[in-house]
Amino acid sequence: MAESRPRVGLFVTCLVDLIRPSVGFAAVKLLEQAGCDVSVPRAQTCCGQPAYNSGDRADTKAIAEQVIAAFAGYDYVVAPSGSCASMIKKHYPGLFADDPPLRAKAEELAARTHELVSFLADVRGVEAVESSFSGAVTYHDSCSGLRELGVEAQPRKLLDSVPGVEIREMEESNVCCGFGGTFCVKYPDISNKMVTNKAGFIAASGADTLLAGDLGCLMNMAGKLQRQGVPVKARHVAEVLADMADRPAIGEPGQAGDPAGGAG
Amino acid sequence: MSEARPNGSKGQIMAALRRSLKREQPAPEERRLLEERLAQPRAGLIPARGQRDHAAQLDLLEEMLTELSATVARLDDAAEVPQAVADYLKSENLPPRLRLAPREDLRVLPWDSQPLLEVTEGSAQETDPTAVTGAFAGIAETGTLVMASGAEAPITLNFLPENHIVVLRASDVVGAYEEAWTRLRARFGNGTMPRAVNMITGPSRTGDIEQTILLGAHGPRRLHVLLIEDAEQPAAAD
Amino acid sequence: MLQSSSPAFKENARAALADQTLQKALGNVKAGFIGKRAKARARLPEFEDLRDAARDIKNHTLANLDFYLERYEEKVLASGGQVHWAATAEEARNAILTICRDAGAKVVTKGKSMISEEIGLNAHLEEAGLDVVETDLGEYIIQLRHETPSHIIAPAVHLTKDQVEADFRHHHDELPADRSLVEPEQLVAEARQMLRHRYLEADVGITGANFLVAETGTSIIVTNEGNGDLTQCLPKVHIVIASLEKVVPNLEDATTILRVLARSATGQELSAYTTFSTGPRRPEDLDGPEQYHVILLDNGRSQMLGGEFQDMLRCIRCGACMNHCPVYHAVGGHAYGWVYPGPMGAVLTPSLIGVDEAGHLPNASTFCGRCESVCPMRIPLPRMMRHWREREFERHLSPKAVRFGLAFWAFFARRPALYHRLLGLKMRVLGALGRAQGRFNALPFAGGWTKHRDFPAPQGKTFQQLWAERQKGGAGS
Repeated sequence: MAESRPRVGLFVTCLVDLIRPSVGFAAVKLLEQAGCDVSVPRAQTCCGQPAYNSGDRADTKAIAEQVIAAFAGYDYVVAPSGSCASMIKKHYPGLFADDPPLRAKAEELAARTHELVSFLADVRGVEAVESSFSGAVTYHDSCSGLRELGVEAQPRKLLDSVPGVEIREMEESNVCCGFGGTFCVKYPDISNKMVTNKAGFIAASGADTLLAGDLGCLMNMAGKLQRQGVPVKARHVAEVLADMADRPAIGEPGQAGDPAGGAG
Repeated sequence: MSEARPNGSKGQIMAALRRSLKREQPAPEERRLLEERLAQPRAGLIPARGQRDHAAQLDLLEEMLTELSATVARLDDAAEVPQAVADYLKSENLPPRLRLAPREDLRVLPWDSQPLLEVTEGSAQETDPTAVTGAFAGIAETGTLVMASGAEAPITLNFLPENHIVVLRASDVVGAYEEAWTRLRARFGNGTMPRAVNMITGPSRTGDIEQTILLGAHGPRRLHVLLIEDAEQPAAAD
Repeated sequence: MLQSSSPAFKENARAALADQTLQKALGNVKAGFIGKRAKARARLPEFEDLRDAARDIKNHTLANLDFYLERYEEKVLASGGQVHWAATAEEARNAILTICRDAGAKVVTKGKSMISEEIGLNAHLEEAGLDVVETDLGEYIIQLRHETPSHIIAPAVHLTKDQVEADFRHHHDELPADRSLVEPEQLVAEARQMLRHRYLEADVGITGANFLVAETGTSIIVTNEGNGDLTQCLPKVHIVIASLEKVVPNLEDATTILRVLARSATGQELSAYTTFSTGPRRPEDLDGPEQYHVILLDNGRSQMLGGEFQDMLRCIRCGACMNHCPVYHAVGGHAYGWVYPGPMGAVLTPSLIGVDEAGHLPNASTFCGRCESVCPMRIPLPRMMRHWREREFERHLSPKAVRFGLAFWAFFARRPALYHRLLGLKMRVLGALGRAQGRFNALPFAGGWTKHRDFPAPQGKTFQQLWAERQKGGAGS
């Protein structure tokens, strides 16, 4: 029995690690429920996107090599982020175009790397999750997950399996929220316009909870909703799917309690 | 040799292109393939929509034209054209005056049967309210009319008057653009085009003011197609 | 070439965001294009395959651009036309002015051409005393306003109808004050009437080209208004200005690309007028121009060929990328500061005017990828914007603060043990500070963020710390 359990290396992502570890524990819980053995390599920091998108190829490659080494040997690498998963899956191989041995390693890693929710639905064949929730949610499609990895139907399907969840689609759910990594601090006025539009659509959906698969986008949208005083709570979709939506939402006051509680 | 041309920097540009392509000339085998590609054009992917049977093509052509705010009247015989033109002008409250393309098959129609119609031939003049022309082909896939310029088809008729009536024979209707090119080559020769080929897909339109689509920006406001159902006859010279 | 204000992109963007009239007009971009394209795409099952085919045709052509351009020229000459090769904008402008002078021209009508904007043609001809009349409705409006296009297919998309009415009332001397111009229909009719006699009095007509066909020496333009046709069939001289990469081998190749062009641009099945022009009037013709000239412009394209920006030469100028770009929606086209706005401009502009000048443009993107997902020619626009960022980084053109911050971050990101120790501590402090509010509305070094939105307080310990505790026999394991 134990032999058939795939070994999953969790790519925590830097934002989950630092800001909202409970998302990482929700991911662990979902992966274990889906029959996986989860490990968390200590030698991970970040996928390298801040350097990659700033044109700093040397640092990007150094970080990518570190990730390739840290995640060698797992059957799968799973990240609770479409953006970071896509960085590894779609962009790492291109970094080593002129270094065939490393390129082969990057391609091999890319082939076993997945975004969390699509991994559960598409690779592990999860049809329903063990969770319950009470409320109307609206789901924002983060750009990389949607357009580079095709994450669109999977989160909605799994959310539909949770008793008590009502999905209210917002207008333009597939349009960028204006986060864009360093974009939001390099071009704050444009980013603000984009997230203001997004907050308007979220509020108009009538949902009381905003969900998405990427913490960066969620922090951006939650921060705007809170600045505007809109009482919509923001959570990573994994928290609802893992039945861990009982702790304070992103940016909400209160004791975090045990972020790991309920996992494992 | 080409460097000596008075008209510009051909030599310099070609040299830059060759540097970028990292070659002086295509290799002989490559060149043969390129020549072949030019000399024997092959159709690419043709949408299924353009490959229906002929009756369905006529229906599709009409459907697409109607959707574009053009109008279509089907006639059994070309001899009905003068009556149909007169009826159309009357129904649209337009002056009974038209400029006719100097095309033999239009010229011989019984225009005398419409004594109130003032018919003159030639290229379009500024004051002409309506043009009546033939068409080289109709293309069902998008409801497109193809005009090939020449002695019988002055192109100003397609654009200058506010109203354009096109006499289109069903035997000239094809499914897809590529079939029209095949017919063009058959008529004018491979690698040769009439001076102007105008594909017309509906009346003139613009969206330049607040993206509101409006008809009759500069070209014709009205496009009316008289479709002559001569399908069982063999295709005419065109 | 046209002067750029691209270095002032940030200031341009700020002004655009504060301009309420502009913001109202920009709403029309989303409303006018996105749904229509989606509908046209859904209606043609072969659309995605046609995108692949269109990409392959252009790739083949670019790989043999030398061959096809020479063949194209031969065919133009054989049909009685003339070809003028112009390496630079200046050469192109001068060639056009010479043709106009030789024709004794006073009035020149023009169809919409982005290449003419790129080479700054109107100013050059006007300085030489010619009366230049833009005939595309949008171009006509912005010519009255002394503006540049803000969109490559909808040049006046940044204006509201009230602004157009005011412009017509200001410039059309014979317009009675009591004539209503409230409805767009009335504005279109007014422009039609004004431009009618200009077509007829023009000595030279200038158009762009969407395609050049090597097989036949034909130039193709795609329009909806019919202005391009009146511009080229009434005057005695027709001048086509086209950049090198517009050439395709056969009519069939042009056809395949035409099937994706209008659908991607305006959501039409085909534009109202697709016009194929081959040489001057023939002896038997009753109308048409007596002279037919093609200006073939390089202006940097030959340098893009064979390099990492070659894919950009596939662009067919449909505008789908900007129609779907949230940054373009926010700031409009003028903020980009030069001829080509939006994602295609962010890639092309640095190639044509230099990345020193246009450095902001490839940075002002979230890499959301919506442009690439709708590009009919499958141009990897985000990837090429990233290439530009790499060039800027290599050449130390990125802002100092960014480079310093990045170096600081990368130092730790490359040292996991140090990273976890340091940030583990920092998050615990931040978490403790923010717990009561749950978030911060101001943070040192994060002003760009907290100016507009709150920053969530970290939960406290990092995931790695908690995971280590759990592995040692803590909660849950």
